[in-house]
Amino acid sequence: MKGALRPALGAAALALALTAAPAFAQDKPAQIKIGITTFLSGPASVFGVPGKAAAEMIAEDINKKGGIGGVPVALTFVDEGAGGEALVSNYRRMVQDEKVDATFAAISSGSCTQLVPIAEDLKVMNFMWDCGAASILEARKHRYNFRTQANATPEMLAVLVYLLKTKPDFKTIAVVNQDYAWGRESWEIFSTALKAMKPDVKVVAELFPKFGAPDFSTEISRLMALKPDVVLTTSWGGDLDTLVRQAGQRGLLQQTTFVLGIGESSMQRLGADLPEGLIVGARGDHWFLHPERKNDAAFKAFNDAFKAKTGAWPIYPVYHMYQAFSALQASYDKAIKANGGKWPTREQVIDAAGGTEFQTWGRPVTLRADDNQGLEAQIVGVTKSAPGYDFKVLDNMMVFDAKPITTPGGQKSIEWLKTLTPDFAKMNVPTFKHGQ
Amino acid sequence: MDSTIFILALLDGVSYAALVFLVSVGLSLIFSVLRIVNVAHGSLYAYGAYVAATLSLAVAPISPWLTFPALLVASVAVGVVVGGVMERFLLRPVYGREDVLQLLITFAVFMIMDNLQRLIWGVQPIFASTPLKLLPNVSVLGVSYTSYQVILLPAVALLTVLGLRYFLRHTLAGAVILAVTEDREAATAIGVDARRVFLVTFMIGASLAALGGALASPTTSLVPGMGADMIVLSFAVAATAGLGQIEGAAVTALMIGIARAFVIYLQPEFEVLVPYLIMVLVLLIRPMGLFGVDKVRKI
Repeated sequence: MKGALRPALGAAALALALTAAPAFAQDKPAQIKIGITTFLSGPASVFGVPGKAAAEMIAEDINKKGGIGGVPVALTFVDEGAGGEALVSNYRRMVQDEKVDATFAAISSGSCTQLVPIAEDLKVMNFMWDCGAASILEARKHRYNFRTQANATPEMLAVLVYLLKTKPDFKTIAVVNQDYAWGRESWEIFSTALKAMKPDVKVVAELFPKFGAPDFSTEISRLMALKPDVVLTTSWGGDLDTLVRQAGQRGLLQQTTFVLGIGESSMQRLGADLPEGLIVGARGDHWFLHPERKNDAAFKAFNDAFKAKTGAWPIYPVYHMYQAFSALQASYDKAIKANGGKWPTREQVIDAAGGTEFQTWGRPVTLRADDNQGLEAQIVGVTKSAPGYDFKVLDNMMVFDAKPITTPGGQKSIEWLKTLTPDFAKMNVPTFKHGQ
Repeated sequence: MDSTIFILALLDGVSYAALVFLVSVGLSLIFSVLRIVNVAHGSLYAYGAYVAATLSLAVAPISPWLTFPALLVASVAVGVVVGGVMERFLLRPVYGREDVLQLLITFAVFMIMDNLQRLIWGVQPIFASTPLKLLPNVSVLGVSYTSYQVILLPAVALLTVLGLRYFLRHTLAGAVILAVTEDREAATAIGVDARRVFLVTFMIGASLAALGGALASPTTSLVPGMGADMIVLSFAVAATAGLGQIEGAAVTALMIGIARAFVIYLQPEFEVLVPYLIMVLVLLIRPMGLFGVDKVRKI
């Protein structure tokens, strides 16, 4: 009997193998399709275009190495510059018609606010790859949306703590921010924390010039007349470049301590027009000469490749884009492992993403399981001339751990910031000199 | 309000008004003669700025002082070439047809030029500040100003008002333009080539927009979208003054510039609103604008 069964069992096994093999191959898709929203037009294209260049470079590298779990990635881009209804329509088209497996949306907090509920409705995994509004993930718990970097709260808090540590005796401050959501929210975070940690500081001017304003002469005149100890701006792009150049030309940068909350992205463009001694934040621990990573061969290779491709060293949106890919790779790897090596369903990838830690070009980032918020370290430094560079570099860099400066899960940022005390600024933070 | 704030706000307002005037007067001039609201006017401003910056960066290594003529050359080149092509090949075929066609065509030109701008100059901000740095700073009540902004720009704006006034009222070419503006049919009947007048006027208007951009280029970052912002503001000035009013545009630009400066000193929250608030208030009371008359085709 045994002998009679053996050929039959063998045939059955062969038949099973023949039928099972194609079924397994079908489960594994030909591509992982990723839909990315980024600014390809308008003022924010200073971030969006380098972000797109980074995405193309990273995808090419992933595919050269065999893809994610053996599956190559394919990218589709949507221009956030179109805004409003056009952005929403294009996002829906990507998800429903092109059937992308994941989306990276978006740069603008306004775009994120629009697209996050749609990603939830469409049940597609979305990585908010660059937008900073803290409130988006604090309003409710999401299943399909994750932020693969920090938000405005730790970004502003790191800058404030740096200011308090390096210039503890300032008495007056003024702000010049762009008049839109980011400019207003970043100041609300900064001023709330400042009031809690150093209540004796007087805010002498709150200036919110129009987004895209070509001229800040009047604001500069007013600041020169007021002579505040500190001027904060979280402006970016052409607005920041214009403000810094006009203020420098008229001597304001020399008269007061200037704090550029997210100035890292403008340093190369400003070149020699950016004086020494300005405090600069980087929306994360993003710096192409990151003191803890600068000797890492892979980090150097990434920076060199980006410089060769675009002519400029990477700025923070480039690193944010890398983080989105890194988070995607980590989530798929974790899901495949949890699924016994088989290709996971979309829902299994979502399950895996929560709590995932992934490597970045700074310190590792964790997608906090409580609220899907990325826990990302922050780097803040001061501008300094350095041989070999025709622009200022960061010196006296402090690298802040993510957890102490990020709003605890389940809490609202503004309420949490009100509970801080002056002792908060006494936290231990390692400081690095340029070249150290 | 103390006298320091008053003087500083006045200086800031005049400097701001000078640039806004240069752009809005071109818009107003084109409307007064061709009866076209040129939506692409902001693109001409942006191209003036970009071409001026490109030329400035090219000639600065030879001699930094060459950057000043470069600003002028860029303005004329953009006005004549881009303005000329626009009028001759895109607007001339639709004269006499529905106004909405002209509006749509200039809007299409605006979109095309905006995209071309990104293709040519990219998306990273460009800055060419040599002319600004060549001139010394001046100190007023302890506050440092660049003489480029508080002396040169208002001087150019003033010269433009006087020059346009002289050109239109005291030269034959100006008289011909005025004749076509008043009555195109009658002017054509006595041998005036109205098509040529339209072309020249459009090129002058376009050059003024480009001059605004060229003069702004040393002070500001050139970025995608800069033209769109300027068209809205210059339209507010032109509409408040009354379309077609040259001196009116100058006075209105001053009014808006100074009001904006005072608001920044006293109530900065309202800065963005000021030009449009003034426009709405004026148009509610005088729909033809502050200096407009019922027959708006008068310069």
